[in-house]
Formats: sequence, C-alpha cells, structure tokens
Amino acid sequence: MDLFNAIIQILDSTIRLSVPLLLACLAGLYSERAGVFDIGLEGKMLVGAFAGAAAASVFHSALIGLGMAILISVAFAMIHGFASITHRGNQIVSGVAINFIAAGSTIMLGQAWFSQGGRTPALAPGERFEAITWPGADALRDVPILGPIYAELISGHSILVYIAFLMVPFTWWVLFRTRFGLRLRAVGENPAAVDTAGISVAWLRYRALICTGVLTGIAGAYLSMVQNGGFVKDMTAGKGYIALAALIFAKWKPVNAMFACLLFGFLDALSIRLQGTPLPVIGKVPVQFMQALPYVLTVILLAGFIGKAIPPRAGGVPYVKER
Amino acid sequence: MAQAAIELIGINKSFGAVRANRDINLEIVRGTIHGIVGENGAGKSTLMSILYGFYQADSGEIRVGGKPASIKTPNDAIALGIGMVHQHFMLVDNFTVLENVILGAESDALLKKSIAKARSELERLEREYGLEVDPDAIIEELPVGLQQRVEILKALYRGAEILILDEPTGVLTPAEADHLFRILKQLKEQGKTVVLITHKLREIMAITDTVSVMRQGTMVATRVTKETTVGELAELMVGRRVLLRVEKGEAEAGAVKLAVKNLTVKDSRGVTMVDDISFELRAGEIVGIAGVAGNGQSELLEAISGIRRAVSGSVMLDGKPIDLTGAADPGELRDRGLAHVPEDRHHVGLVLAFEENENSILGYHDDERYLKGPFLDIDAIRNDAKDKITKYDIRPADCRLKTANFSGGNQQKIVLAREMEQDPGVLIVGQPTRGVDVGAIEFIHKRLIAMRDQGKAVLVVSVELDEIRSLSDRILVMFAGRIVGERSPEASEGELGLLMAGVEQREAAE
Repeated sequence: MDLFNAIIQILDSTIRLSVPLLLACLAGLYSERAGVFDIGLEGKMLVGAFAGAAAASVFHSALIGLGMAILISVAFAMIHGFASITHRGNQIVSGVAINFIAAGSTIMLGQAWFSQGGRTPALAPGERFEAITWPGADALRDVPILGPIYAELISGHSILVYIAFLMVPFTWWVLFRTRFGLRLRAVGENPAAVDTAGISVAWLRYRALICTGVLTGIAGAYLSMVQNGGFVKDMTAGKGYIALAALIFAKWKPVNAMFACLLFGFLDALSIRLQGTPLPVIGKVPVQFMQALPYVLTVILLAGFIGKAIPPRAGGVPYVKER
Repeated sequence: MAQAAIELIGINKSFGAVRANRDINLEIVRGTIHGIVGENGAGKSTLMSILYGFYQADSGEIRVGGKPASIKTPNDAIALGIGMVHQHFMLVDNFTVLENVILGAESDALLKKSIAKARSELERLEREYGLEVDPDAIIEELPVGLQQRVEILKALYRGAEILILDEPTGVLTPAEADHLFRILKQLKEQGKTVVLITHKLREIMAITDTVSVMRQGTMVATRVTKETTVGELAELMVGRRVLLRVEKGEAEAGAVKLAVKNLTVKDSRGVTMVDDISFELRAGEIVGIAGVAGNGQSELLEAISGIRRAVSGSVMLDGKPIDLTGAADPGELRDRGLAHVPEDRHHVGLVLAFEENENSILGYHDDERYLKGPFLDIDAIRNDAKDKITKYDIRPADCRLKTANFSGGNQQKIVLAREMEQDPGVLIVGQPTRGVDVGAIEFIHKRLIAMRDQGKAVLVVSVELDEIRSLSDRILVMFAGRIVGERSPEASEGELGLLMAGVEQREAAE
C-alpha cells in the first residue's frame, strides 16, 4: 500500500506541476499555429505571475489578481505582435527581448512597490485560489484504490487546474471546428492564401496572440497564486522553454500537448520525489542529477523520439505582400 | 456593341523608381477570353493585381460592368465578381480541397455547416464546368493540375463572373494545359469572362478571342486574335523582330564525350525514376531529351551531374567514370569539364540573396583567377561579372545588385553565363528557357548552338517540345524512366507527342 500511496502522490504532483506547462504550451500553440514563433512565453508567464500576485495582495482579491495577470500578459503579447506582425521584426529577437524585460521589470517594480527584495507579500487565504474539494471526497477517501484516486487526483485542486485541462478539448474544438480555427491554421501555413481570400493577416495573428496572452496570464497566476502563494523572482524557471519543447514534442496538436506536458510534469515530480532516495542497484544519486533529469530527457526526446515534427510552414516569417 | 466587363482607364503604378504601369487603357468584353501577353516584368501581373485589389493604382479608374469601382482589397474584387488564379497557388497545402474552397468565404462560424453547404455547391460547380476534384483530398497530395482546378473552384465558389489567370500553364504538363483550355472554353460558353496572362504565344493563338500586348509597363497594342500572327505579337512584345526558330547548320559529331550505360536511379521513396538508360553524347552535337515533366528527366540530369545517387549503371566522361555513389564532388566534375545548368535555378543554381557577381562565380570560386592568396579577389570577380553582363546582355547591368532582384530570364542568363564561360567540354542544361522571355530565348538558343559549333557536347532537357525540336540534332524521348525512342528533329510533333505520351508505335522505321 505504501507503493500505491507513493504512486498517487507522484501522480498528484505530476498534475500540479504540469498545469503551468500545459497552459503555456497551449498558449504557444495558438501563436505558433498562426505563424508567430513565441519564445517569449517565459516572460509573459513571469509578468502574469507578478501582476497577479501584486494585484491580489493589494486589492485582496484572487479574481482581481487573475484579471490583472491576464491583462498584463496580453499587453506583453501585443508588444510582441506590434514588433513582429505590424513591423515585421524578427520574432525570436522580439520574444527574447520580452523575456529580458519581464525578468528585469518584475524585480524592479516588486522592490519599488513592496520592498521585500523583489518579492510580493505572501498572499493571505482569500487572495489566492484555494483547492476545491469535490463532493464526497472526504467520505470516499478510505475506499481502497478508487478512494485515493478520486480524493487526491481528481478532487482537491484549484479552479485553475480544472481550467487548464478543460482548455485542451476547448482548444481542439476552436482549432478544428470553428471558422476562426480554420483561418488561424491557414495563416500559419500560407498567409498569402488568407490575404488573397480577403482576410486580414495581421488582425488574425493579433487575435491569436491575444489567446496566447490570456493563457500565459493564467499560467503565471497559477505559479504565484496557487503553487507558491506569492511572487518570487524568476519563478518561471524555464517553464516557458520547456513548454515550447513540449509543443514541438506534441507536433502542435492540443491533445498531444496535454500528454507531453503531463510527461514533463511527471519527470519533474519524479525527480523531486527521488531526491535523496537511494535507487536500487545504482545507489544514492546526487540531487543535481535528479534535478537535471527532466531537462536531459527533454533533449533526448526532442532529439530522437518524436519522428518528424513539421512546424507550421509560415512560422517565424513575417508576412510581406509579394510583388 | 458588346458590353465591357472591365474597363481600365489611365492606370499608373510605380514601385519606388520603377514605373510598373503607365497610362494603361484596357477594355475587356464580357463573355470573351482576353489574353494579355508581355515579357517578364512588362507589368502584366501588376496590372492584374491592381484589378484584384492586391495593390492600389497611383492614379486611374477601374470600371466593372460599366460602373466606376473602388477596389481597395481582394474582398472588394470578390464582391464585384472578380476571381483570380495566381501563378503561385494561394492554397494551404495541408488542408483539404473543401477547406481551401471555403477559407474566407465560410457561411457560418462553425465549420460543420459551412462545409456541408460548400460540399453540395462544389458538386454542382464540378458538374457544370467539368472540374472534377475529390473534395476531401489533401492539397499537397494532388498533382499540380488538380491544385489549379481547386484555385478555379475557389473563385467560382465566391461567385466570380470574371476570372483572371496569371501564367496558368507555367507549371502544367501539355495534357494538363489542354484540359485547362477546355475548362476555360466551357467557362466562356457559360458566359464568364476570362483574362489570361501569359508569355506563351502559342496559348494566346490557341484559345483567346482578343489579345493585348504589354511592353515595359505600357499597353502597346490590342488585336483580334484571328487577325494577328505569332510573329507580329512577338515583335510587339519585344519591340523588334524575333527569330522564333534558330538557324543552324549541320552538326559535325565527333568523339564520344559522355557515355551513359544502363543507368538506373531511384527517388527518395524508392520508386525507379530512371530505368536502365543508355545513350552517348558526342562532341559537336546537341542531344535533346523530350518528355512530359516527371518522367525521370530531372533524376537523369542529377545523376549525371553527380548530385543524385544511382542504383546501377555507369556514366563515362571522356572515357573515365563518374562517381555515381552520390559522393561525387561537383567541383571535381567541373574541373573535368562538365558544366551543369540545373533545372531549378532558384533552389540549386543560385543563391538569391547574393549579389550578381558572387553568383557569377559560384562553384568556381576556388579557381585561381578569382583568388588572391587565401582571399577572394573581389576586383577580379567583379570585372569578370561585368564582362559576362555585357556579353550575355544581363539586365539591369549592375553586378552589385542582389540576384533576387533580377527577372527570371536574367537569372537564367547569369547561370548560363557562369557555366558556359568556363568553356566546358560537356554542357548539361535543364529547362534552358523556363520562365524566360521570347527575346532572351532566342539569345540563349543562339549561345547553345554556338557552343555546339565550337565542338562542345550539349545535352538539353526540356519539357518544351518546340525548344527540343528547334535545338537538337538528335531527340531522345523519355517516358516512365525509359528512353522510348530516338528521332531526328524533323520528326513530326504528333509522332513525338505520341512517344511522350507512352503510346507504343509500330516501329517499322527502326
């Protein structure tokens, strides 16, 4: 039964750890499917995390925090759009710039406003998103096998976790079942086809980036208002990049994206769990190795195990009308 | 008096210093097929893009159906019943036919309803105009001819009454082009107006009712097709008399320069593209390889020039074998006197982002003439490029200009100048005049024949049968990877056409 409990705990933390990845990954999916590479997922999550925690602690409301996280993150997405869609700048450069601005400005503003070394004040219970206990979760907890699965894995997460996983079928539906989705996929493959069909390429791409901003905003809010109870500097810690890796691993498909993020989340959970635990045969493994494990596996997976990933064909290329 | 579908009055358009269209006046009669011819860069495409709302004219008036129209975006054009089939198709390659057709013209925010509606409408259009395409096929899996049909269907689905086709046959096989012409005639019978932009005069003569000629941004003449000739049109296009068929003397074939024996080549999917081919190429002759595109000519060229791996067989250059394992060094082949003008100049022949002078020595850049110690001798390279520009009449005559800014015909001249001026013993040319103007075609043909007369061996692969017949001393016809016959250039077009189509003939003559 110990092993079973251990597995449940690892799976539970897998879900918690994969949520920010999943939101960021879906965010990247909207933008890259529309032909805009977005290496700035990391930065947008970070400003979202900061804005969410700051607003929540000032206004004493989790919802206002979430709203502010989304607002600021969308604003940063629009900066990316202004540089790379309107002015046809290099999308990678613009994304990297956003990451730098995010890393610097959050610490600076945090210090100026709260004077806690770049942190925001610790959030009180009403200022963060609490876990939702599903009906009957406590009663069923002691039922063997199913009880812990229901009580630990399904019940007991914050609303943002459920939103994240609901975004998967929703994103699939938007992309493959709506007019907006058809056009969004088309503009990522051949913007000239969209242009000659009489649709504005720029406006379509801006709308895709708004979707991206909303999702990175939620991802950031999750980090600072669910996982951590406050903003800490550089708290995204590369999750934006891992999300991009997951996006490639998932071949730019929503359901695949969920499984890819769960896999990365699982590796993360496993590495935390196994820190300091002697492994059979190998013995005790240094902590650093365990921490590096998800990243090492990322490289291995991306290098060899995904087969041919064909990115959206117009990705990374600003649209210029041909003569 | 017949009613005008479109009137263009005093259209002007400049791109920077370049005046692409000057004072263009044009009237297109409803229910006719109207051809617009002109060399590359004459302003045909610009004019049509203005009509389709892709660009705005600097000045001038457009009237559609007699009423002044303001066309600011493609949407305005579509609303006025103008549809356009672009030279480079505007299709999303990994979408289905249906998805491409409805893109931008969806009837509902949800796809299901839009697609259901489009499916029945598409079936009606396909029946009415003989435009059969599987609506659920993925675009990239369709042959080019069918992709073009999807473009036409797209325009018709949007209610186009006036259909503009920009160089529609450039990518088509002769059979596909014939089919396209039948479709266009059908459209005309149904009362649609067709505007056909091309630089191929044969097509104009074959299908149009009226033809307008453009030269250097101006509209120089409009003729009733029946009352004009290819010669007159060519002269109007180029502005001087043009020889459509080059004069040449008898070939004096010498020693065997290139011997291909039992060559077999497979493509990346493992399909046999060149099947047990043998032939010889002698000094002082031009051998033409005719065939419909995709019958193994490209693979044959690539194998001989050492780019593509051969499965079996041998190729001897001056009696010594060429490495066919795919590890051949093209530089070494050049040193041995084999020059190659590739079929696809954009991807293989040139680096479009380089300056003209850099491209003019590409592949020969380690030649001593262009080096000063370990460095490139920039002055020598530029002087050399200037010589070639003068000799081959490359325009604009600016060796510092980016290669992408030259027209297709001039890009081809850059490649030809580079390879010919190295004075190779064997010259292999793929599609020597694809996308090249009438005036430049004449020039290129003359140069190739001059090379032959100097005793060089020349192998020409072209999908243009006219070109093969006009240049070659011997014609080899390829079909499905095999050489299905050898003919003299005097053989009739019909006979060669049948061979190209793979129709076995009673070989009484052979």
